[in-house]
Formats: sequence, structure tokens, C-alpha cells
Amino acid sequence: MKTNSLDSLKTWAKSVRSDSEFRITILACAGTSCLSSESDLIIEMLQAKIDEHNLNGEVNLKKVGCLRFCGEGPIMFIEPDNITYVRVAIKDVDDIFTKHILEGTTITRLLYTSKKNELIESYENMNFFKKQFRIALRNVGDIDPRNIDEYVAQDGYKALGMSLLEKTPDEVIKIVKESGLRGRGGGGFPTGLKWAYTAAVKSDEKYVICNADEGDPGAFMDRSIIEGDPHSLIEAMTIAGYAIGANQGYIYIRAEYAISLEPLNIALNQAKEHGLLGENIFGTDFSFDIGIKLGAGAFVCGEETALIRSMEGHRGEPDKKPPYPSESGFRGKPTSVNNVETFVNVPAIILNGAEWFASFGTERSKGTKVFALAGNVKNIGLVEVPMGTTLREIIFDIGGGHPENKTIKAVQIGGPSGGVITEEYFDTPIDYDSLTAIGAMMGSGGLIVMDEDSDMVEIAKFYLDFTQDESCGKCTPCRIGTKRMFEILERLTNMEGEPADLERLETLGYNIKNTSLCGLGQTAPNPVLSTMKFFKEEYEAYAYRTKRTSYAIEGKKCIGCTKCARVCPVNCITGKVREIHTIDESACIACGACYDACPTQAILKP
Amino acid sequence: MKLIEKMITCNINGLKVDVEKGTTILQAAEKVGIHIPTLCHLDLHDIGIANQSANCRVCMVEDEARGALVPSCAELVSEGMKIQTDSMKAVMGRRTSLELLLSNHPQDCLTCVKNLDCELQSLAHEMNIKEIRYHGEKMSHPKDLTSKGIMKDSNKCIMCRRCVTMCDEVQTVGILSPLKRGFDVVVATAFHLDLGETSCTYCGQCVSVCPTAALAEMNDTPKIWRALNNKEKHVIVQVAPAVRVAIGEEFGYKAGEIKTGQVVSALKRLGFDSVFDTNFGADLTIIEEATELVHRIEQGGTLPMLTSCCPAWVQFIEHQFPELLDIPSSCKSPQQMVGALSKSYYAEKHGIDPKDIVMVSVMPCVAKKAEAAREELNKDGLADVDYVMTTREFSRMIKEAAIDFKKLPESPFDILLGEATGAAAIFGTTGGVIEAATRTAYEMITGKELKEVDFKQMRGFEGVREATVKIGDMSLKIGIAHELGNARKLLEAIRDGRNHFDVIEIMACPGGCIGGGGQPYHHGDINVLKKRQKALYDLDKSLPKRKSHENEMVLKLYDDFLTKPGSSKAHELLHTTYSAKQRI
Repeated sequence: MKTNSLDSLKTWAKSVRSDSEFRITILACAGTSCLSSESDLIIEMLQAKIDEHNLNGEVNLKKVGCLRFCGEGPIMFIEPDNITYVRVAIKDVDDIFTKHILEGTTITRLLYTSKKNELIESYENMNFFKKQFRIALRNVGDIDPRNIDEYVAQDGYKALGMSLLEKTPDEVIKIVKESGLRGRGGGGFPTGLKWAYTAAVKSDEKYVICNADEGDPGAFMDRSIIEGDPHSLIEAMTIAGYAIGANQGYIYIRAEYAISLEPLNIALNQAKEHGLLGENIFGTDFSFDIGIKLGAGAFVCGEETALIRSMEGHRGEPDKKPPYPSESGFRGKPTSVNNVETFVNVPAIILNGAEWFASFGTERSKGTKVFALAGNVKNIGLVEVPMGTTLREIIFDIGGGHPENKTIKAVQIGGPSGGVITEEYFDTPIDYDSLTAIGAMMGSGGLIVMDEDSDMVEIAKFYLDFTQDESCGKCTPCRIGTKRMFEILERLTNMEGEPADLERLETLGYNIKNTSLCGLGQTAPNPVLSTMKFFKEEYEAYAYRTKRTSYAIEGKKCIGCTKCARVCPVNCITGKVREIHTIDESACIACGACYDACPTQAILKP
Repeated sequence: MKLIEKMITCNINGLKVDVEKGTTILQAAEKVGIHIPTLCHLDLHDIGIANQSANCRVCMVEDEARGALVPSCAELVSEGMKIQTDSMKAVMGRRTSLELLLSNHPQDCLTCVKNLDCELQSLAHEMNIKEIRYHGEKMSHPKDLTSKGIMKDSNKCIMCRRCVTMCDEVQTVGILSPLKRGFDVVVATAFHLDLGETSCTYCGQCVSVCPTAALAEMNDTPKIWRALNNKEKHVIVQVAPAVRVAIGEEFGYKAGEIKTGQVVSALKRLGFDSVFDTNFGADLTIIEEATELVHRIEQGGTLPMLTSCCPAWVQFIEHQFPELLDIPSSCKSPQQMVGALSKSYYAEKHGIDPKDIVMVSVMPCVAKKAEAAREELNKDGLADVDYVMTTREFSRMIKEAAIDFKKLPESPFDILLGEATGAAAIFGTTGGVIEAATRTAYEMITGKELKEVDFKQMRGFEGVREATVKIGDMSLKIGIAHELGNARKLLEAIRDGRNHFDVIEIMACPGGCIGGGGQPYHHGDINVLKKRQKALYDLDKSLPKRKSHENEMVLKLYDDFLTKPGSSKAHELLHTTYSAKQRI
């Protein structure tokens, strides 16, 4: 049962039956988004059919982690046929089984339709996947996360074996340092350096903590990794433990991620059974265990000092730094806190070498980054690209641009801590420093595309509502300042503001950034400040109350066709045939039906 | 060489500053005369109390190298650090923090109990805030008036967390903590229970450090005014030892000036019929307590015996260590003894119906208000003490009555319950009760005269102190603790059999009653407490009699009324009982 050497690991890997040994393998996505569209039921029903026909020997149906193309889920990859089915529903199960599995015919209605209306059979030919390159997500969607054999077959735990059996802790740290890996949780701190600092502090106890408190609205890369490839996280944390001299690790995961716990717990038990976690790993003196700590849903607990306090049973609120956790962290002991995505890069770095990893990316940002692409874009899902890829490539090549070809006004990057990037900067290579230089930040990887119809003041208000609500309330600027900023935005959007509010917003934002205790407060004003920078006129329209809240008709373009009046749900458009129509602005609910109906573009948006 | 290694050179506003490693920017700036405003910061260094949570963001200064603002109260200086305390960025940051606090504050300064004694108010003045640019929703919580001791007005709270530090870390009572999140955060009891429903000891240390009026004593002065104006009532007042060395501060005197005579005059002018000295009760307590101790030692009773003068401490042991209720002395506190005797001995001598007597006390303490209300001390509807006012409330009454304290002559206490020895004076400081008790126990046990009455080993500010005193052929092992966190340590050691003592003195407040929750605000200056303490020892030294059992009025009391120490009458009037309470 226990694995004691790299040779025994190799033998184990070879013994695993590979997908290619089956007549047909179906990778069925059980990621969050697909689960919400009943993919678990679909998989269960399909498996029942396979069982019923005794086809388990030749048909390999795998419930895998996120297949990334969430907007098209539930999704299935079928090998070796190289067919990808999208938007699969319960009603399609019979056809998939009978037509595809038994008869070998492709079900065209389940194929992906591109923007150009072409049917595309294989994911490999979809633009969404073409420019992606996976390191962090290398196994996600490929392997059954509940089966350690499949992970081992992908060279799983080899990096751990190489580290424990062939390298000193210092050598491991050196490799991570040389790889140029930086923290993927938002801050971008060099991981090797963090480990080196923690390793350098003498202490009887040290801790490795995995920050899985993924709280940015719309971000779900960490959860996808935990659910799709839990062993790589376990392996990476164990390597970190060896490198810094810790024997205990904890995964701090938000309690809302209840679904992630099941594969994670299975993986932890499997790793222990095989001597890859627990006492005397790989038969060496090194022992390391991993515990799970559930967060209670506070966004601020993603901040490492707040996370540590929460783990200790205190109220989750940040502490002043220094001292940094590397010096005095969990229970006052040296602690390295790293994010999920950061961790899972480590085994790949150990296996392939620092140089290999450093060959991807830009000068100071190495490797890849996973983004959660969403908003007004055709292709929605998880995107892993090498650092240095431009926003334009992500939005237009991978994302397919706007679904209705409207103008894309900006992208919001970095969630509630980030800012907007406008079209003129879409050619900026995505890396930590370039994004900071244009006033945005990498953040944890939320990427929300916004089109011409988006109201930037409303968007800023949305984010601020989130942060002021999630503030722990410890320091003054975050507790009261973000509330005051939110109140100003509310006044503005309720048409109760005044021009002086703009200066108030700016000075308040500037001072909150300067004086807040932790990263949450220091970045909370970013969505407001960056939208103010690029879309000042939208703020002014509210502040000077020149913004119309309703639709209106541009008289000279109106031909009096009556189409608008007929579609208006509240009957607020009046006018005789072939005469100019008018909208009663006090009754208009700004639904936009008239705008869509007008054949002459005579309707003016609010 | 070592000394040099420990030193760090930094630069503040262009001035070179050499400081020891571990110094905060705030301390370094003070060294060169640069003042940085602070609000949440509190550092009572010598007694290990510090609120360094860096959450108000009022002390922000600019670290040039990082171009970032850092909290000067918590950030340590490092070699070569360049700090700018007056850059535009720093000043704007500090102002914004303060303006934001004020934007969420009732701003009812004119009628606020802390008017002219409020740190938020002073800071707004100091930072020249004349306009608040931000407005919006304000906190709106009902006032908590449910307890006998402490009033809590959360709308005035600025979340400095000083009270939380005092309650949780120093006193280990753990009543107050922040609840909820963001703008809705409120420092409150668990589940937002009424304060009166909790295990609060009413030590009042939260009140002592609150920079605003979010926490204050319950105001009992209206009831006292009513009693004074009721012609049918005979209103008696007593004054605790620690009041006389602190009240001067309220009238512009330096800390530690002894104002006993002026206090008596002020009380007379306020209209009290008799002014008694709680110190008389202290001398009496010593005799009863020493008798009890000797009895416990001789009869093999429970040891250690714990002093029971401090009501917060009694409340603490009842809630936190209900299994140890057989160890405190059964003696009532001096306040209650004077109260009980006023309504019996004094009433009898003057032919007054005890029901017509209103007993008021002036105390350095908030918990005394709750003590006076204890069921055990209100037998047959007759309370030993009816109303308690703190030193601060007393000073407000003096001001309200337009009495010029500085021009008051000195007057003596009234006879019968007015004489006191030096031993009673030191009841107001940590170590004082036990020193006084030792002076009497020594002579009681050995029958010989004690020549050297100063027991220096029992004095000081150390949180937990131990002393061994040779009395005849026995060694009396003494323990002393002030602050409830230290008391907890001592009690746990006793409970777990890790340490043995014969007698222990515990006072809940830092430094004892001199640092009581009802005293003039020390505003974080430990020297204030030290000076008050010194004044008590000076007072002790200046008195002709320094042993409680030499108090003539006390001896007369036994002859005329109680018969002898520990008699059944003494027990009826001067002793009490304790009961286990639920910990909430």
C-alpha cells in the first residue's frame, strides 16, 4: 500500500488502465456551473445505461472536474472520437447512449455553434480552447478527481518523491525561486521568497496554509482545481511543508464550497493510505498532515492575517503587518500562506524544472494565469493563458468578442479590488506589473467584459456595495469610508447628487486607499477611482443631473411607424401614424423594448 | 558594543533620532518633540496594558521609502527609516479618518457627559476640524441602561477597542467584543444581551479607557440631589480612601495631591447631614478580617483566605470560580460596614429611625454601585448603602452646586464613624489591605508590638506579588494581585494546587482603587496612578496611628455596641455571604 520509492510510483503509474485502452471514454464535466445544470443527474443516468448494458469494460464514463467552457455546459468530451457535446440536457441522455455510444453517430444538435454559425465537432477547433495553455489546470477535466490512480498515471506525486528523496529543502526553494512563480491570489508576492523567509525562521513548529477562501464575485478557479485535481494541491502543500520545515498544513476553505469537500477528503484519505501524506512520507523521516478549516463566509478572511485569526477561532479580521505570517503566523508560529492556484504550479515546476516554467510569461511574471471570463462576451468560462497574453486576445480570440457584436467598452479585472481597463489598453500584456502600471491589478483572476450599454457608475456601485458590506469594520476608513462612498454613489444614481460629490468621491477614495489597515480597504475604492478616471462623463451626467433615466425619441429620425408604441409594455409612447412619437419619461421603465423595435435608430438610450 | 547594536537611527521630519530597537515611530517622534495625534492607542506600559490594534488610523505618518502611510502607534522604526509626519498625504489621511469618525458620531458635545473630557472632542479641536465633508447614515443603537454600574451608548463608540482590550485581555472577563461587520459593527456583549444580564463585574475599566462617552457610569446624582432636598431624610455620606488623592485632578490640581479636608467641606456644603470616612470601615474590616484569619489558622479552616473589599473581584469569583466560594473572607467591604453601622449604631445613638437615613458613598469605583444593590446587603428592605457616586460624579455635583473647590477650607470628618488610621489610608492601593491586615494580625497573634510597620515587599505595581512574613514562629505566605487577569492566574494556581498561600489580597483595577473605574480619567498616563499611590503611602506615614486596632472610635464601637470582634452582632452587621452565579 505505502509508496516508498520513485520506482514503486512508476510501477503504480504503469499499472493504471489508461483512457486509450477503452473503446470509448467520456469526460463529463461535473464542475460547479455544469452541476447547476444537472450534469450530475445526466452522468448518473448515462452510467445507469452503461451498467444496464454491461458496457463498463469498454465504455469509460468519467465524472471529471471543470472542462472550462462553462457558458456552454453541461459539456462532454468524447474520446477517441474527438467529439465535444455542449449544453447537454437530461433529455439528451438516450441519444448519447444509443446513437453515439452504441451506434457511433455524432449528434449534431449537441455540437457547438460558433459565432459564424459553423458547427464545430471538437473542442480543439474551438477558439475558446485554441490559445489556452494549461499548467495550473493541467489535470482538471482530464482525470477522475476521486481516483488517485489517475493522478499517479499523470506523474502525480513524482515531484514530491523527487523533492523528498533527491533534493534538500533549500534546493526545492531554490527551484521555486528560480521559476519566478508569484502568488496567484492577487498580491503577486514571489512564492520562493515567501518560502525562504518562512524556512529561515527557527521554530519548533511551522505551518503551511492553503488559502482557498476564494471570495471574489465570479471567481471560481481555485474551486475548480480543488474539485478537479485535489491531489496536486495535496502534493504541492506537502512539498511546501518539506521546503519550509513544517509538519502540518491546513486548507482554509470557505464553507460555501461544501461540494469541494467531498473530492478533497477522498483525496486526503487516498494520499494517506498510500504513504504520500501522514507519517514517514515516501518512507523518509518527513511527516506531514493536512487538516481542513472551514471559513464562515467572510470575504475579508481571504486576507492572510484575517484568515489566520479565523483559523485560531477568533473573529476574522486582519492584523497589522509586520510581523508577517512567515515570522509569526498561525498560533504565533512561522507560517506560509499560499493560494490554491499558486500551489498547484509547484509540482509542475519540480517535474519540468524552473527554466521550463520561466520560459512562459513575461520578464517578471512567469507561467500562466487562470481567469474566470464572464460578462458581455460570447464564450464564458475558465481561461488559462501564458502571462503576457493580451486582453484583446482573451476577449476577442478566446472570448469571441461580444455575442451581438456590440462595442466592448471595458473589462473589469481583479474583482472588487480591481479596476476597469478600457479599449485603448486592450493590447497590454497581462502580467502583474503591466496591469499595475495602468492602474488595474491582476487580482485573483476575475475578468468581466462590459459593453456599451453598461453603466459604469452602477458597476462601481455594485462592487462598492460588496466591499462595504464585507468590510470587517475594524479600521475607520474601511468601516465608515466605504460606506460614505457607497452612499454618495447611491445619491448620484438616484439623481440626488451634486457636482461636489465627485470631488468627495475622489478624495475619499484616495484617502481610504492610503489609510486602510488591510488589502480589502486599500483596494476597495479601486472600482470607483478607475471608472472615474476613464468614464468621468458618466459620473458627471449623474452629478449635474443631465443623465436621462428614460429612453427618448430623436424627432428627426422618427418616421412614425408606431412600432415602438406597440411594443412598449407600459404604454408610455404616444404619437399618430407617420408623425413623430414621444415617450413619457416619467412613466418609462427603461426596458429598452422600443430601442430594439425601432427600424431607424431614432430611440435614444438613457 | 552590544548597546550600539541595539540602537537604531531613523529620521523624522528631517531630524535624526537614535532609538532602541523595538521603539515605535510614535515613541521615536515623542523623543524629538514631534507630536503625532492618536486615538485608539493606549499604552500603560508599566502594568502591561496596551491597545495597539492600529484601527483608528488617526496616527498615520508617511514612510518615505515606501511612499505609504503607516500607523505610527504600532509600526516599529527600522534602521535608516525616513518618516514624514506632516506631509500632505499624512495630514490628509489623518484628517479623513477623524472626519469619518465624526460623520458617524452624534456630535451632541454640549450635553454629553464627557464634554471637555473627551479625547475625540480634543482631537477634533487639535486637528482643527471645522467642517465635516462626509455625511450619511449614523449608528443608531438604544442606550443600554440595564446594569447597576455601567451605561453603554454605542452610538458614541468609535471602535477603538480599548474597552475590549481591558475586558478581554487585562481583566479576562470577556464581556465586550465586536459584533457584526462593516458599518454595522458594534462593540457589545455576546448575542447583544443587556449588560445587566451578563457576568460583567462592573470594574469599570472599560469606562476608564473609553475615549468618548460610549461607556460611562450610571448617573446616580439625580437621586442623591433628591435625597439631599428631602427634609424628612437624614442623609449621610462616606468617602473612600482613593477619592481624596484623585479628586483634585478634576479641579486643576496635579495628580496625587491629598484633598481630604476639602472633600469633607464640599460634602457639607452639598448638604449632607453627616460626613463619615470609609477609612473607619477599613480599620474595622481589618479587625474583623484579622480575627477571621486567626480563627481560620487556629481552627484549621479554609486557607488561603481572600480579602473581600473589592466588589468587582467578588462578582468575578462568583461568576468565574463558583467552586472557590469558601475562600473569600466573609467580611463585608468597608463601604457596606459604614453603611450598616450608620443605620444601626449611629441611628441608635442619635435616635433616628434607620428608615429615614439615606446612606450615600463617594467611591473611586463603578462596581460599588452594583455592590450596594446586592440582595445580601439589602436585608429587610433596608440597604446598607442607598446610593453610590463615583469620584467623577462627585466632582460634577460640586461644579453643579457652584462650589469653588480650590477655595474650600479643610474640615474634619464627623465623629462616631470618622476616625481612621494610616493602615486604612492604604486600602486604596494594591497591597495596602494586606499590609494593613498584617500590622494587626502580627500584634493579635504575637501580643508584641510591631516596630517596623512598612512592609515594602508588598508594595509596587507588579501584577502578581508574593511575600512571606514571619509572625512569631509561623510564616504567613501572602499573595497579592491586581487586575482580574492576574487574579485569575492566582486563583487557577490555587484551584489546581500549584501554589499555596495563607492569605491573598485581590483588587480588580490596575493599581487598586487608585485606578478604579470611577476615578478621574488618567488618559493613558500611568504616572497619574503612581502619584495617587504615593499620596496614599504619604498619608499613611503622616498619621499618628498606623495600625487599625489602635483606632479609638473603632474600639469604642466594640465596647458600646458590638461587644468584641467576630461577635454574633458583628457577624449580623458586618459579614455577608456569596453565591455561585452563571457565567454569561
